[in-house]
Amino acid sequence: MKRLPGQNPARGLTRSLTRSLTLTTGCLLAGAVGLLALVSLFWLPYASDDTSGGRLAAPGDGHLLGTDKLGRDLLTQLMTGSRIAVQAGLGSVLIAATVGVTLGVLAAFAQGWLDDTLSVLLDILIAFPTLLLAMLIVAARSATLESAVLAIGLAQSAVVGRLVRVLVKRVLAQDFITASRTSGTSWPRIVAGHILPNIWPTLVVNLALQFGLAVLAEAGLSYLGLGAPPPNASWGRMLQEAQATFTTAPAGALAPGILLVLLVIGVNLIADGLRDTLDPAARRRRA
Amino acid sequence: MARYLLRRFVFLLVSLALASVVLFVLLRMLPGDPANALTAVGATDEQIAAARRSIGSDRPLPEQFTHWIGQLLRGDLGTSFVSSLPVGPEVGARLNVTVPLTLAAFVLAVLIAVPAGFLAAYRRRTWYGSLLSGVSQLGIAIPVFWLGMILIAVFALNARWLPAGGFPPDGWDRPGEAIRSLVLPVLTIALVMSASLIRYVRSATLDVLGSDYLRTARALGSSFGRAMWRHGLRNASVPVVSILGIELASTLLGAVVVESVFALPGLGSLLATGIAQHDYPVIQGVLFVSTLAVLIIGFAADLLQRIIDPRLRRGLSGGNR
Amino acid sequence: MTILDIRDLTIRTAGGRVLVDGLSLSLAPGQRLGLIGESGSGKSLTSLAVLGLLPEGMAASGSVELAGTQVVGASERRLAKVRGRDAAIVFQEPLTALDPLMRAGRQIAEPLRRRGLSGTELRRAVLAALERVLLPEPERIARAFPHEMSGGQRQRVALAMALACEPKLLIADEPTTALDVTVQAELLDLLDALVREREMAVLFVSHDLAVVAKVADRVLVLKDGRAVEEGDVRDIVTAPREPYTRALVASARQLESALDRRSGR
Repeated sequence: MKRLPGQNPARGLTRSLTRSLTLTTGCLLAGAVGLLALVSLFWLPYASDDTSGGRLAAPGDGHLLGTDKLGRDLLTQLMTGSRIAVQAGLGSVLIAATVGVTLGVLAAFAQGWLDDTLSVLLDILIAFPTLLLAMLIVAARSATLESAVLAIGLAQSAVVGRLVRVLVKRVLAQDFITASRTSGTSWPRIVAGHILPNIWPTLVVNLALQFGLAVLAEAGLSYLGLGAPPPNASWGRMLQEAQATFTTAPAGALAPGILLVLLVIGVNLIADGLRDTLDPAARRRRA
Repeated sequence: MARYLLRRFVFLLVSLALASVVLFVLLRMLPGDPANALTAVGATDEQIAAARRSIGSDRPLPEQFTHWIGQLLRGDLGTSFVSSLPVGPEVGARLNVTVPLTLAAFVLAVLIAVPAGFLAAYRRRTWYGSLLSGVSQLGIAIPVFWLGMILIAVFALNARWLPAGGFPPDGWDRPGEAIRSLVLPVLTIALVMSASLIRYVRSATLDVLGSDYLRTARALGSSFGRAMWRHGLRNASVPVVSILGIELASTLLGAVVVESVFALPGLGSLLATGIAQHDYPVIQGVLFVSTLAVLIIGFAADLLQRIIDPRLRRGLSGGNR
Repeated sequence: MTILDIRDLTIRTAGGRVLVDGLSLSLAPGQRLGLIGESGSGKSLTSLAVLGLLPEGMAASGSVELAGTQVVGASERRLAKVRGRDAAIVFQEPLTALDPLMRAGRQIAEPLRRRGLSGTELRRAVLAALERVLLPEPERIARAFPHEMSGGQRQRVALAMALACEPKLLIADEPTTALDVTVQAELLDLLDALVREREMAVLFVSHDLAVVAKVADRVLVLKDGRAVEEGDVRDIVTAPREPYTRALVASARQLESALDRRSGR
């Protein structure tokens, strides 16, 4: 298997985990939120529709972080919210990766007018912001987490698709592709054996960034009432509900935002750390 | 150049036509029936049929499409299914809020990001260089609506310096009030936007700082400042301009969330209501106008890039192909 | 009298690795010295150190005196005065060394402007600078962008820029390495003629002994950041003392003799 220079993913990854502060911090932040999401699958302080706490109870006294205006426990809501955020991120990135890589590889192999058409289509799709596309899709179906994830994932596939197209074209121009073509390797084998291994470092970094963007987009949709419906406590919905009582009960309007920022920063730091270890040329440029 | 302008203009028209078709088809795929929005719950089949006739949704799709395009060519965006008011003037009125909001935020973001991004690159080994990079890291992770909420809590609810939301009903007839109500939304968008811009300005500056031509200029006696002014600024602006185009376009369309936080009667809130009520002409109108704006912004950014960078004056798209 | 006097120059990375180790050399006005060595021998770093332009993270110690000015540790303002006036440089890669977004004429005008020229006088000086490096149609080249020229033309423009400064010392850092062989020979002849008629001192950096022999009178051989051997070009070529220099000469001769054999001599 041939690689472009400067890549030794497996060794680079372990070494950088111990050496790169960026990557370690990122893993800690994102991991903490991930752990919260994981725990919420098995245990929650209260049931998510338990409104016995009384309206806007102050933190402490059986409710570690207090309650919201319907009397639901804030910590419970934060935990289910973390699960929804992680689900939204993973789901969107999965869709974006599957559709985007397929589209991008096809567009890269296409020649002439087909190539032009595909890239113009991708450009137009990208010009259409994630949020609008998502609003349309959510409006067409109904406001559920699945609709939101589908919408965000599809909008992101255009971005991933365009990136993959450029990356694959660059690899296709390399001499070793011509060499394996001449020696009679079939295209599917070239894609699996040469192209994917060469584009994955950049791709993984981009997908990590897309994860953060997806979490933000889902929060935005939920804030607009287009995300997971109640009683699912998405962070975006929690913030929307707490907006009116920001000054009287700040915990509810701050905690979901803080967790959201921590998760997104964590994932972005992971992306930065990965880029530094997987792509030494980029590191030198950034240094 | 004239030939390029012509070709690029044709490209714009084709994209617009393509986008209109996509828009139209996508909307008709929505499951809801706009006639439902017009009639009371439990309306008879006849009432529903009458409602459909009145808004033309009983016609075959191609006919509806040609009707819409015909209207567009006459500069008419159609009539709202729900309010029976023409969409054009409504969109125009909303643009009075959204366009100043977007442009002011854009200008402010550039004013913040260009010096900050330059410093983050030029002083990257000092504490404030790292601080700037860190702040921009934080900025791109903050949801724009949450930042809006925090700014409202601090500057409107606590300090009571500025209104928490809304827009004067008589709009720009009372410029002082109108401007006051736009200060926080503009600040919200500008801060989030500059956070991501700083990263692009920083990396463009790093490219310039490491470039051979800058070294040549200095080796032949230019001071660092003069070399940056003569060579650096122009070269760094090439990648930044293309990002600026995308940022401006996405801010214009993404204003919907911020408008919702601050209860501003802009294009975004019109779209949100339109979607909720299945009001096709309104949705189509808003999306058509914003697509047009996005395409024109892209055109302008491409043109600007070509003026700056002679190497791009060869291909059609002038992009990175 | 010397134009360039380097004493015990040592260049280290931030990590403490020594790239150039205790190098000393000196150049009198009109003298032409070839600095030869393989890539990584520290020859390009030395030429950058003369102008105080080492890449970030590298530090020079020792003494570099350029026309009476101490370059090591000098302030940026002081260096800017010395650069161009006392020493100018031509880099290896003409495509990236020129500003891609600026017409050639304006780039050549920059150093001329600093010498106080303006208006028609400046225009005439730019065209004269282009004619001096034997560029055909100087008017057209002056309006061209770097990507609209051939590699040889770009390097002539870079040379014209350096000469427009009228320096006392011209540093040429592998100026012909990126060019086609035929273009290479033309450019070397041109450079040789131009510095001879101006009696300019030259520090010519190259990995190619044959190229150095064409321009320089004296040669200093660098290996791993240390001076291995120094002497007259003729002496070095006919009687190299050090094993490394012998290897260099032998490989250059081998290429040449292959040519001789094939041509049936």
